[in-house]
Amino acid sequence: MKYKLGTMAVAGLMAASPVMADLVFPSLSYRTGPYAAGGIPFADGYADYFTLLNERDGGIGGVMTRVLECETAYNTEKGVECYEATKGEGALVYQPLSTGITYQLIPKATADDIPIHSMGYGRTSAANGDVFSHVFNYPANYWNGASAAINHILETNGGDINGKKIALVYHNSAYGKEPIRTLEELSKKHGFELVTLAVDHPGQEQKSQWLQIRRERPDNVIMYGWGVMNQVAIQEAANIRFPMENFIGIWWSGAEIDVTSAGDAANGYKALALTAVGNDFPLFDDIQKYVVDAGKAAGAGDQIGTVPYNRGIYAAMLAQLAVEKAQEIHGVADITSGMMRDGMEALSVTEARMAELGLPSFGPAFDVSCANHGGEGMVAVTQWDASAGQFVKIADFAPTDMDVIGPLIAEDSAAYAAENNIEGNCG
Amino acid sequence: MNEQLAFTIEVFLNGLMAGVLYALVALGFVLIYKASGIFNYAQGVMALFAAMTLVGIQNGQVPFAHLINAIFGTDVHKFGWHVHSFAAILLTVIVMIALAWMVQQFVFKHLVGQEPIILFMATIGLAYFLEGVADLMWGSELKALNVCASEGNCLPQGMNVWLEGTTYEALGYGFFIDNLDIVASIVAAVLVAGLVIFAQYTKQGRAMRAVADDHQAALSVGVSLNFIWVLVWSLAGFVALVAGIMWGAKSGVQFSLSLIALKALPVLMLGGFTSIPGAIIGGLIIGVGEKLFEFLIGAPFLGGATENWFAYMLALVFLVFRPQGLFGEKIIERV
Repeated sequence: MKYKLGTMAVAGLMAASPVMADLVFPSLSYRTGPYAAGGIPFADGYADYFTLLNERDGGIGGVMTRVLECETAYNTEKGVECYEATKGEGALVYQPLSTGITYQLIPKATADDIPIHSMGYGRTSAANGDVFSHVFNYPANYWNGASAAINHILETNGGDINGKKIALVYHNSAYGKEPIRTLEELSKKHGFELVTLAVDHPGQEQKSQWLQIRRERPDNVIMYGWGVMNQVAIQEAANIRFPMENFIGIWWSGAEIDVTSAGDAANGYKALALTAVGNDFPLFDDIQKYVVDAGKAAGAGDQIGTVPYNRGIYAAMLAQLAVEKAQEIHGVADITSGMMRDGMEALSVTEARMAELGLPSFGPAFDVSCANHGGEGMVAVTQWDASAGQFVKIADFAPTDMDVIGPLIAEDSAAYAAENNIEGNCG
Repeated sequence: MNEQLAFTIEVFLNGLMAGVLYALVALGFVLIYKASGIFNYAQGVMALFAAMTLVGIQNGQVPFAHLINAIFGTDVHKFGWHVHSFAAILLTVIVMIALAWMVQQFVFKHLVGQEPIILFMATIGLAYFLEGVADLMWGSELKALNVCASEGNCLPQGMNVWLEGTTYEALGYGFFIDNLDIVASIVAAVLVAGLVIFAQYTKQGRAMRAVADDHQAALSVGVSLNFIWVLVWSLAGFVALVAGIMWGAKSGVQFSLSLIALKALPVLMLGGFTSIPGAIIGGLIIGVGEKLFEFLIGAPFLGGATENWFAYMLALVFLVFRPQGLFGEKIIERV
């Protein structure tokens, strides 16, 4: 009997040990529900990148990767359930893919010593690593986005927007309201008039807002939209014949799905970008060879090179670089989530390394530190070319106004620190 | 013309147009509730399902492609043909009739005589089931919807230039009306006229009204309840298709299309659950009310985005004074 029990225990350990040797990346995907159209390509890109690393390189540092997908349907409660269900599997880093889920996970993940990477969403002031030890939002956040939009408008107006009228059309949620404070500060600095127009969830009916824009005649419109709100806003802008080149959306309003339903009328629409566009990168040849042609792609392969797919690729690439850094710091290949956090905090993304990975200039080069978990906030600008059916990068990754954003981050994170009795992580 | 007055008239006109679109969704609810006493929670999902089926057929998409490929290891996605819009609409109507038959055969036939809350719960289950089936059948990605009579002759989008020019010359201010909204209004008028004619002048229509009035009495004179309910669910499916086309043309066909049902609820509360004209008038009142409130009070004083809650508040006020809605049947409790 003892022999049998011993055999079973050894067999159990043997069965369990390969799981322990994986680098586990949970993917809180949303392939169903009202936002599935944007969630599927990201999840595919994220999964395909790790599949490529396994198939081509044998994982990262000799340890195989494993993507643990859990469906959230973009629902905060389900997102938290997914976190609880997957964290025990050796999860290294969470990409919550939702500001609501991110807010819920910040205290939980911090207590569990698991880092969160909320890339271009989540709590903006989490860029202050002194307060938010386990949250990273590099390469850019919502406030960088607001500043990048104003910088672009400045550039197209010869550096002077004094007296101009700029409208913000935003999703009437915590996310949509994020840029208002930054834009108010920037309006004081540059002398433009800010008009804000809220759109209620889900945003299928926006006639009032666009009639108001028709009446107010703003020079430019900035959009912080999401889901169906984006498609309707772009269609309504076309309906009132608002010049598309003066209409610029945040990166969550800048995917192919946002413009295709408006057809040719969307031509010229601009969007901020966290990554490069298209699939003209050496890495995509490898994805075709090792993932798609091998029948191991997460999706049908028809989303490769789209904006959300590339964002998934980019998030996975940043995770790979952080793992490599963690392996280097701690001298072990099979790292823990705590080590991953250290790797993320010491991350240095260089142009040379991105080129080595087959993704030259795919994103901005930046460094992360204990105090700065947000990177340099570099943002690019893209424009929709309806005839070619693709976004084209029209302005390279450029810095944003940290003189305005920095104090806002310090103020908001200080309030969080006071509420939660956080004394500071960086000494 | 005074600028503020011109703006107000423009908002009023656009409110009417929005109201027509809300009424299109509400009509489906009314048809089913009137004939069977079922509040069909799945009406919004039916609009989504119908629109997805239409686009899928138009684009020659293989239904359940992902499932087929996963089971059989194949790689099929498209048939390689494009179906003309009118033929695709016809095929979609057939699919909606088949769906109506299945809903009646497999769900509501077994729930005859149950409490209204049980029937309502069944429609909640139906909504989520149908959403899942739509996902499996046609995929979750956003699809552009174009209903075209011929090449380049599709549902119009954008400002009506003629109206803008004419009103500008006559009044000094060019009004904005979306061409798609004008088409939706015409379609809604034809649809309502068609439904009224069908209900008044056809044998099936009269049978439908008889069932709506009294199930037992209708049964006693030989009306088949089963057939009438399939007919009603088919009509609701057709109305859902029309609503799906109009809303889908605005935003593309995607899963959030099912949320248009939220826009129909205040219309139903206001117009009554049993009146087709009530759905139209209710839609117009809600559309105009919410747009004018947003323009005159919401945007200038309350920070905007008041339309959703104002529509429900307006409906609530009507409900307090007239619980059956403007055109609903009188609630008579016999002692």
